[in-house]
Amino acid sequence: MLKSARCLGQLLFIAVALLSSRPAFAQDWFRTGTGLGQAKPRVAVADLAPRSDAAKSHSSLFTQVVRDDLQFSGILDLASPSFYPPQVVSVPAELKAPAWIEQPTNANYVGFGNLTESTSEVTIQAWLFDVRNPSAPPVVGKVYRGGPTDLQVRKFAHQFADEIISKLSGGLPSIAQTQITFVRATGNGNKEIWVMDYDGANQHQITNLHSISLTPRWSPDGSRIAFTCYAPYKGVTSAQICMYSMDTGKVISFPRFSGTNITPAWSPDGTQIIFSSSMQSNPELYVCDINCNRPKRLTQSSGANMSPTWNPKTGQTIAFVSDRGGTPQLYLMNADGTGAAKIDLPEKGYVIDPAWSPNGQLLAFSWRRPNDDYDIYVMDASSRQLVELTRDQGRNERPSWAPDGRHIVFESTRTGVGTRQIWTMLADGSQPHQLTTTGHNESPNWSTH
Amino acid sequence: MNLASRLSHRAGLLALFSAFLIVSGCHKKVTAPPKQVEAPPPPARPTVTLQANPTTINKGESSTLSWNSTDATQLSIDPGVGAVNAQGSTKVSPTDSTTYTITATGPGGSASATAAVSVSAPAPPPAVKEPSIDELWAREVQDAYFDTDKADIRADARQALASTAEFFKAHPSVKATIEGHCDERGSTEYNLGLGDRRAAAVKQYLVSLGVSAGQLTTVSFGKEKPFCMEHGEPCWQQNRRGHFVKGN
Repeated sequence: MLKSARCLGQLLFIAVALLSSRPAFAQDWFRTGTGLGQAKPRVAVADLAPRSDAAKSHSSLFTQVVRDDLQFSGILDLASPSFYPPQVVSVPAELKAPAWIEQPTNANYVGFGNLTESTSEVTIQAWLFDVRNPSAPPVVGKVYRGGPTDLQVRKFAHQFADEIISKLSGGLPSIAQTQITFVRATGNGNKEIWVMDYDGANQHQITNLHSISLTPRWSPDGSRIAFTCYAPYKGVTSAQICMYSMDTGKVISFPRFSGTNITPAWSPDGTQIIFSSSMQSNPELYVCDINCNRPKRLTQSSGANMSPTWNPKTGQTIAFVSDRGGTPQLYLMNADGTGAAKIDLPEKGYVIDPAWSPNGQLLAFSWRRPNDDYDIYVMDASSRQLVELTRDQGRNERPSWAPDGRHIVFESTRTGVGTRQIWTMLADGSQPHQLTTTGHNESPNWSTH
Repeated sequence: MNLASRLSHRAGLLALFSAFLIVSGCHKKVTAPPKQVEAPPPPARPTVTLQANPTTINKGESSTLSWNSTDATQLSIDPGVGAVNAQGSTKVSPTDSTTYTITATGPGGSASATAAVSVSAPAPPPAVKEPSIDELWAREVQDAYFDTDKADIRADARQALASTAEFFKAHPSVKATIEGHCDERGSTEYNLGLGDRRAAAVKQYLVSLGVSAGQLTTVSFGKEKPFCMEHGEPCWQQNRRGHFVKGN
């Protein structure tokens, strides 16, 4: 908390320095639903009690995943397990509330439960109690039953954590069951589309095109991933829009166009695709329905236009990148292509990778300021106030928001020049957390639910 | 000629003497059956041999022809040597492989012998061969390089593309893909757009020089397929280019 507040303070200082013409900028405008100014609830998660030796491994896994999810949520403080009172709490009757309220645990809420495992099934009972109000019914009480696999136990842990986060945040969209799609280099110059859980677990390859695939984007309902692909067709290699169905586990057909076709993005209702194409001349932005019959041209400029993204809340504004002024810069325009205008920043440099926050008010992007490297920034779209989230940590690019509006996934070279890895952080730049460690990973996109 | 007349003279004497013996024998009563008198042997048929040493020479070198003969009155070597003595040797220096023939003639007839001298000429300069399409491609088709963030055709690129255009105009059936490439500094997405503009600019310039648009297709690889992996301007310049690949 202290560290996070100090970090935020530094960020605000940077922002104030940048925007000295805006002295009114003094409060935490970064709040996204749960008051950062209020004390966060303090939660302890007791070790889940195994009902047999065979249940020990999955009990530990469940406990760890729940703690990680709660810690990562950023909406509560997780009491350090080393402070917990030495008692096993497997059912509500065993909970001795006063021991958990005392320092140093000092908890408001305690999670606990038990796990029974046979060769064919795992059963988990899990509760969250308000220990300051022990006579009240449990805040959360759940029973989970499923196959005795790590994957299934992880899923139950995410579901339990989601219940807790939802209850304690007053309905904030939970992200513990979300997924992130990304691009992994597979050697010999090829890149395939991968998917992982939001915490980096369960990384798996979904495309097998033996070519270059880039810029994956989840459809709003999570059933499809649109991406840029180079799979040869009738002996011709060109950049095209490809579509992957999560339901069928296959790349499904999508029209091919002449020229270079890249950076697809979805409309908020999932009925339209916007992408960059040089089918007529310059790389311009085109919009079409998801079958992409007769794409309609939205921009007309002397430069290249790419990386479009719809405001997910209003659907009325599109942010994109254009080098019509000589270098890549951020532009906003109306969804019908009118009113394109450059977003002016205090300094020049390259401005790329726009990403709207789920509430449609904030724009994250990557900015390489003169004599500096790429860093992630967040801008309030209406006030144009700016916060820098990364600094002096290699190249940081391609931010994408979690559906809770509090987390950002991005790629960074901070672990080594030329090696891109995927990281998450809170949207104030705190709690950076590395999700991928092996190989070369880039272009993350967070599923919207 | 002298020998031959002497020989015929001796034959004449022999015949006279034989006749005398026959006549004096008629004085004896006993008449012996006429003794068969051996006829004089016919003149021997000439023999001749011819050798060349060495039998293989390089152009400009010489070989020695040696010969031997019997019962010949006239010897001659062809080509180019002419009449020779009954035995001897001579050097020859033919420019091409040659078979020498010696002909020996005498009262008993004639004979001949041959000896071959082969001349190994240095390999003739290869006939001026038409260079293959691939060789011409390697020589004439040149990539175009670009400035940072630019898709404009520079002066050096104009020169490179002038040569490239000549190739495509001379080979209208050859098709090519122009790949647009960028250095690593821009973003993946921006570079895909910039690479597209570079490839398109190269194509447009070639078409303005008279190349058929149908020979050329374009593709942008942005920074996905760098030629050079170092981090620095020399390498970045290598990667900012329009690159030609045969076929499409």
